[in-house]
Parts: sequence; C-alpha cells; structure tokens
Amino acid sequence: MTLLRSFSIRVGAFSALGAAITVLISLAVYNASSRSAQAAATAGLTGERLEYASPIELLYAPDTKQLYVLCQQSAEVRVLDARTYKELKRIEVGRVPRGFSLSPKGDRLYVANSWDDTVSVIDTKALEVIATWSVAAEPSSVVADREGKHLFVANRISNDIAVIDAQTGIEEKRLAAGRGASYITPSPDDTRLYVTHVYPNPTPHRTMPQSEITIVDTQRAVVSERIALPYVAHGFHVAFSADGRLGVAAGLHPRNLVPLAHLEHGGAFTDTLTFFGKDVGNPVELPLDELERYAVRPFGIAITPDKSRIFITCGGSEEVTVIDTSRLLRYVHMHPGSHADDLSAGANYVITRIPVGHDPRGVLLTYDGTKLLVANRLDDTISIIDTRTNKLTSTIPLVGPKQLSVLRKGEQTFYTARYSFQGQIGCANCHIDSTFDGLQWDLEPDGFGRDIVDNRPIEAVKDTEPYKWNGGNPNLPTECGPRTEKFFWRAENYDDLTLTELVVYVRSLPPRPNRWRLPAGELTGTQERGKALFNRSVDKFHNPIPENNRCGYCHTGSKGTNQKSFDVGTRKSTDNSGLLDTPQLTNIAITGPYLHDGSANTLEQIWTIFNPEDKHGRTNDLTKDELNDLIEYLRTR
Amino acid sequence: MKAFVTFATALSLLVSSAASLNGQSHGANPPIHKTAAASLKPQLPAMPRFRFENFTTASGLPDDHVFNVLVDGDRIWAATENGLGLYENGKWKSYNTRDGLAHRAVLSLALDKRTGDVWAGTMGGLSRISGGRIDTFTQLNSGLSNDVVYGVSVEGEHVWVATAAGASMLNLRTNQWSLFNERNTPMFEIWVYGVSATPSKVYYAVWGSGILEYDQQKKTWDKYDDPDGETEMVLFKDQGLIHEITTSVSYMEKDHILWAATYFGDSHYDGRRWHNFLTKDSGLPSNFTNVVKGVDANRAWFGTDKGLAYYDGVNWAVYHRSLATGKPEMTIRDKNGNVTHVEVSTAPAHNYVLGIDFQGSDIWVATAKGLSHGIHQP
Repeated sequence: MTLLRSFSIRVGAFSALGAAITVLISLAVYNASSRSAQAAATAGLTGERLEYASPIELLYAPDTKQLYVLCQQSAEVRVLDARTYKELKRIEVGRVPRGFSLSPKGDRLYVANSWDDTVSVIDTKALEVIATWSVAAEPSSVVADREGKHLFVANRISNDIAVIDAQTGIEEKRLAAGRGASYITPSPDDTRLYVTHVYPNPTPHRTMPQSEITIVDTQRAVVSERIALPYVAHGFHVAFSADGRLGVAAGLHPRNLVPLAHLEHGGAFTDTLTFFGKDVGNPVELPLDELERYAVRPFGIAITPDKSRIFITCGGSEEVTVIDTSRLLRYVHMHPGSHADDLSAGANYVITRIPVGHDPRGVLLTYDGTKLLVANRLDDTISIIDTRTNKLTSTIPLVGPKQLSVLRKGEQTFYTARYSFQGQIGCANCHIDSTFDGLQWDLEPDGFGRDIVDNRPIEAVKDTEPYKWNGGNPNLPTECGPRTEKFFWRAENYDDLTLTELVVYVRSLPPRPNRWRLPAGELTGTQERGKALFNRSVDKFHNPIPENNRCGYCHTGSKGTNQKSFDVGTRKSTDNSGLLDTPQLTNIAITGPYLHDGSANTLEQIWTIFNPEDKHGRTNDLTKDELNDLIEYLRTR
Repeated sequence: MKAFVTFATALSLLVSSAASLNGQSHGANPPIHKTAAASLKPQLPAMPRFRFENFTTASGLPDDHVFNVLVDGDRIWAATENGLGLYENGKWKSYNTRDGLAHRAVLSLALDKRTGDVWAGTMGGLSRISGGRIDTFTQLNSGLSNDVVYGVSVEGEHVWVATAAGASMLNLRTNQWSLFNERNTPMFEIWVYGVSATPSKVYYAVWGSGILEYDQQKKTWDKYDDPDGETEMVLFKDQGLIHEITTSVSYMEKDHILWAATYFGDSHYDGRRWHNFLTKDSGLPSNFTNVVKGVDANRAWFGTDKGLAYYDGVNWAVYHRSLATGKPEMTIRDKNGNVTHVEVSTAPAHNYVLGIDFQGSDIWVATAKGLSHGIHQP
C-alpha cells in the first residue's frame, strides 16, 4: 500500500507539473469566452464562437414528417425534416432543457427547462413558444395525461411530481416522489406514469442504496404505488412493450459498501436493467455488463413494436446495447430473481453492442420499428441504426461547429468510460450529470475499510482546493489526474492535454441556481436570524465563541470554505485522521447526506446527533427554533 | 396540579378504562323511559342508529388500544399502540417500525386529500405514508419540535402538528418547518394535544393553555381561555371555553363554528358566543372528553370515557355499553331532558372512545379496546 501511494505521488507530481502548464494556456482561452459549460457557446482554440447543440432527447411530430430534437446546451428545440434531417427551425426554450413530450392531440410540445424551473409550451403548428409556465425545482421531464387535463412534471431537486393544469399552467399539487425525480414514462394505456430518479433515496448509513419507480395514477393524480429498486442508486429512462406486459428501467447499481478495489477485480458498478410487469412477475434486476464488456451508464430505452428487441443507450461506453427479448424472458424464467452481480448472465440475452457517438442519450424508434435514432449529446449527431441488421447506417450531424473546444473535449473526457480498465466507469458515474451521487465510498488508497467518504459535489468546485476530505490533493490536476488514473481507472494515464481539458471542464462547472434564495437576494426573517447565528461570536450565555468554532470562520467566503482542515469531532474509529478539509457550502440544501462519511442524512442531524461536544460550531446552546433558523440560512448558500 | 392532571391523563390514556363501565355519570339523573327498537314513539327524536361491528387483534387489528381512526374512501387506517393498521378489501395490514414507521405507538392521523398521503403522529415522530413508502420526520432529523405527536392536520400544502413541546408546521413546498411555542405565540403551556387546520383558521388544543387560533390570512395568533380560570369548577358557564385542559378541536370552516373538547366538558363557539356542554345539563355521558368531531354548525360527535355521544343541535344520543349492566345500550335525550333507552344489540367495542371518523353515513370509532364500525341502520 505504501509503495503504491509513493508511486502515485511521484507520478502525480510529474503529471501535475505538465498539466499545470497546459491548464494555464487553456484557462486563458476559456476565460476569454466568459461562458460556463452550460452556456450555448464556448470559444474554440482559434477564437471563434462554438455553438454546440448537445441533443439529448428525440421525438417525432404527430404527422411523423418532422423530428424534434431537444438540445440541452443551445437551449432549443430543433425541428428537422424527418426524412432528410434537414434543419427547418430552431425554437428557443429555457436553460438546460432536459425532457419533452407531446400533448395527447399533438398540438402542443411541452419542454422541461431544468435550470429555469419552467415548462415551455410550443404550438406544434406554428412551431412557436406560446407560453412559459413556472414550475418547481429543476423540472426534468414533463408528460400530459390522456385527457389533456393535467401535466405531470418531475422535479429533480424538490423530489416531487408537480400536477399542473394543462390549460392554465397553474400548479395544483405536488406528489412525493423519490430523490432526484427526473424521468416520466406513461404506460401504454396512459393510465399510469412511471417516474425514475437519478439520486438514491435516504437510507441508514452504510446500508444498500435504494431508489424507486414512483407510479402515478393519472386519473386520480396521486401516487398509487412504488416499485422498490434495491441496490439501484441512479435510475434513468423506462420503456414499455406495446402490449404493456413488459416494463424496463435503466439503472446504475453501485458497489459502494465494499472497498472500491481494483477494477480488475470486479468493478465499482454494474450497469443494469430492472424488468417488471406481467411478463416477468416480480421485478428482477439483470446486468447489461459482461466480463470485459461494460455497458456504462444505461440511459435511454426503446422496445421494438413486436417486442423482439430492446435497445439501450450506454452513455459511458458510447454504444447501444441490444437485447433479444425472448432470450431474456427465457433467462428470467429459468433463473428466478435478480442477478445483477452475475456478469455471465448478459451473454444469454445481449446480442450485440453498436458503437455510436459521445454520450448517447435519448432514443427514438420509427413507428414501423425499422430504424432507431440515437441522440449523441456530446457529438451533436444523431446515429441511425437499422434495427433489422443492428447496424449503424448513418450519422447525421446537427448544424454546428465541427471544431471541438477545450471545454467540449473536457466534457467528453468526463463522460466517457474509455480511460478506465476495460472501460468500466467514467467521472460521470459518481458525478451524475456533473453533480454528485449521494453515496459513500471506501476508497482503497486510504486502506480497506478505512476512511469511508461521502462523495462531494463538484459544482462551483473551482478555487476550493485542496481536494479530498483529507485535503490531500492540492489542485484539480492532481485530483483528476494521477489520483483518478491510479485509484479509479487502473488503466492508462491521461495525456497532458486530455487532463488539461478535463480540468478546464471541471473548473468551469457553475453552481445550479439556489432555490432557497429570494429573487432579489434578500433574506427572509428566518434566514436573517439564521445568518446572525452563523456569524455570531458570543453564545447565548454571553460566552465568547473561539474564532475557529464559529460557523462563519471555517465556512467563509462566497463558497463557504476557508480551504483549511479542522477536527470537528466527527472522527470514526475507521478514520485515519480527524482532520478534515472544510467543504464548500454551495447548494448544501440538496447535497446530502452530510459530514465526511455521509453519516448525517439531514442538515439537522449534523448538530442534533454528531456535535455533542460543540466542536462543529457552538450549537448546543440553541433552541430547536434557532437551529431551524440556522438551517434555513444554510439552505441559501 | 398540572403534574397530577398529567399523570392522571396519561394513566387514563394508557390503561383501558374498564372502570368506566361501572362509573357513575355526573350530575342528577334525568327521567328515563325504556323503548323497544321496534316500537319507537313518534315523538322520539330521529337520531342515527348503528349496528356496530368491532375489530380486535383477533380479527387482525395490530393492537386493541386504538388511539385514532381515519377513513380514506374504502380504506380505514387505525392508529394503535402497536402499529398502524390498514383495513382494505376485508383484510388488515400492519405497518410498524420495521417498515419505517417512526414509532410503534401511533397517536394521530390525517389525510392529505389532494395527494392521498396519510400522515401519522406517533410517540417517536411524524410519518408520511405515501404510495406504500414511509418517510419519517423526527426532532433529530428534521425541524419538528418534538417527537411525541398528539395531533396532525393537513391543509393545502401545510402539515400542522401538535406535539408535547409546542406546535409545528411543515411547508411541503419548501420543506421548511415553523415552530410555535411560548416564544412566538400566546401559548402559556407547550403541551399541544390537538389541531384542526382549515384554509382560513388553524386551531390548536393546548393542554392546560386553552385554545390557540391562527388566522391564515392575517397571520396572527389569538387565544381562548376558560374565563373563570378554575380547574375544578365552572363559575361562568357559556361565557367562554369550559376549561383550560383542552384535548380536541374541530373547526367547521363553512359555518365558522369551533367545537372544543376538554376533560371537564365541551364547548361550541360561533365567533361571538360560547355554549358549554356538561353532563348535568346535556346528554354528554361524561365531561371527560377525548375527542370532538364536528359535522356542521349544529351537529357533532363526542368521544368520552363513558361512550360515544352525538348532538344534533337539540337532542343527544349516546352509544355505549350500559354502565350498570355492561350490555349494549343507546339512549336518546330530547330537548326537555327526557331520556329514552333504545334497545340495541351492539355497541362500540369499548366505552373509552379516543377517535372518530365518518364513512358516508357510517361511523368508525377508535376505542381503548378495539375499533368499531358503526353501520348506519335505516
């Protein structure tokens, strides 16, 4: 272990030096653009503005003559001729659109704009936005019911499903979903909606992660049932067979309860599908991965009309995995139960893997099922696959730059799994959509069973060095370079340019909008009281609070960290040290669990359970009301 | 005094009131007539009659000590001392701590009619049952003021909670908790026993501190106390709340009427005038009232330690087992104070009534020894 660590430090120092030089060059280019990674345009190496589309979902117009392409980075719906793929129109929508769907009559196209907290309503005849409705926090998917009475919107941050009057856009109520509610799929008869979630539900510390499929009764507009997804931490799209007898949900099954041992010994994740419905009986989870062939981050699913095949986009491995349904069902019935850890299972039903572009996401079958369209988010292309031969027949480029900016390359590196041993994982496996995963990991560089660490978010991570909970990595080139290469990827190193691009991308990640702040930035009375407690220097007994035991001392500055390490009394017997890097507070309301090992499921627990000696700030003199005030202020950070 | 009353209350809550079967009613006994069910005199007030079907652990109820009952369409939720029971399609299903319930002893229930979620107040926190999933809020993992949750009421996107250490309100939209106690309301005591929330007003029954009123529009608090301040006597009847030890409130928003229960009699308030009910001058079987559930401005149901009572604005009916014989009994008291015994063959499972809810014209009654379904008889 010691040898391994010294080796990595030497490599890290060497790589960091090289990377630092290229970072400086690239940063100059990046800063000149003054745009974030989420912005529509970034500057290329030659200085021109590069307008990327980043297609993420696809839909046919009701008459099937037009193809709608939801473009996340350019924040627009592009309308293409469905036969020639010629661009017909661009319709501007809100920031970071993530999902869209048609009204039952096909006269409206609804778009969920995740960073604007709005839904755009597009008239499909005029191809114009006719209304923009405010919804809850980070809407990621929107679906209308059969009667066109209600819209259902999955809100990723508020963890709920908003029920909206489809005529007025007025929210009627919110239904409790799971954590990170993101994707909605109607059942074939439109009586139910199946909602999946990108973050795991809260569970007791160091127990198996669990997500769910929330089922909504569209007639009553209530949650009628939930399908538990044990061990699945991150859920993506659901698809149904046309007869409604088979449902399929894409998910990520992490192995975070055991040491993140060498990938070559079994991997950190299994990429799985959960099957449910009459064809299978009780839900079963099966792997898409096979030995030495991984289907990293399954996302979009399509089932042919005759139910013969299932197509799944795999973002990290940049391919479409194809399943023979009859062979799959035969396997399910001969091997009852879930077999997520059996990497020999996939050979029984995976019939081929079709390479496509960077970070393939949404899929769309033609109505006759003969062609599959795939949105390659980080290539600005659409792959066309002949479903009879399972061959890629063409790749349609969207209108846009051919040149890749540093940011774009860095983002591709972040999302791909090609750098890890056998292509098993990528950065985005643990940083879902460039955020966090809500999980705790046992990273073996600290020793097996030692230093269990919560995965920290990376939004606005720039200028919060050092990195890691023990503050061991002085900068991002070290964090993303030698540390990741050696302990996660177990494979080839990034070359200096690739590492630089990756670092530039990670440094560019902006914070999501904070939903607890009032629009003008002022604080509510509760938040003001909490702020005063955050910054106080005297406790309620008029005793001075030592400087390093005030909230505002360690969690200072716009990002809430003084970038130093402290012992806040949370050391566990498995921790090698009690000294911990002060984490940034950016969007802390949504990044639980908390503390270095994720032992606090809620902000309250940091102080009601894990601060008995007042070492994590002087708080034990506070009443419950005051603690609530403090937490309301923290949520504005 | 408070300590004594607290102890006595706890005892009476936790120990089934077998003594009540043999207890004596308060006040002078009015004239009594006996009438066979089949030969009811025409002048006898038409009061609702029921055939009671009783559920106990023998029939699948999680526990016989039932603190509360909630009707959700065809589904019946029973808050018991050992878990939450759900009666659906003729079968009982139980939820307990292993399913994520905050505590095995469930004290209160409320339905979010918009979402179908059920909220359960327990001795160890507040739980939300939603689509089969249970989420729990405690004083340690959330902003809830205290884990002993005596009452819960859902109005719109707000969950109003009565706890042993003040009142709380959860905003479901923002997940923000607001706490109400002696520091920011006119609440002298913080032992909050019941809550009734409507779009216009929220009422809290504060054990030892009368009734607290929150005006949702003005966002202001008001308080109603027993004007004589006496704990044992009623010096000024109909001049205010009958007693400070309030146990239950039920606000009829449409009629602007508040019904309030105490351990020393009950009250009706129309915004200007109070009217008090005592055993000595009403049909209440006992002043010791655990719960009141209003129907409208004039009608209400009362759960006492000596049976279930109904008031139609003029007449009273009592459904219980005879305090003398233990046999099922229904009595009707008319406006003149004449009491008529109606022969019945069934009664609620026990005279110690803790919870009431309605299912159409049927009634469900939570008692200290079982749950009862009163099936309305034409």
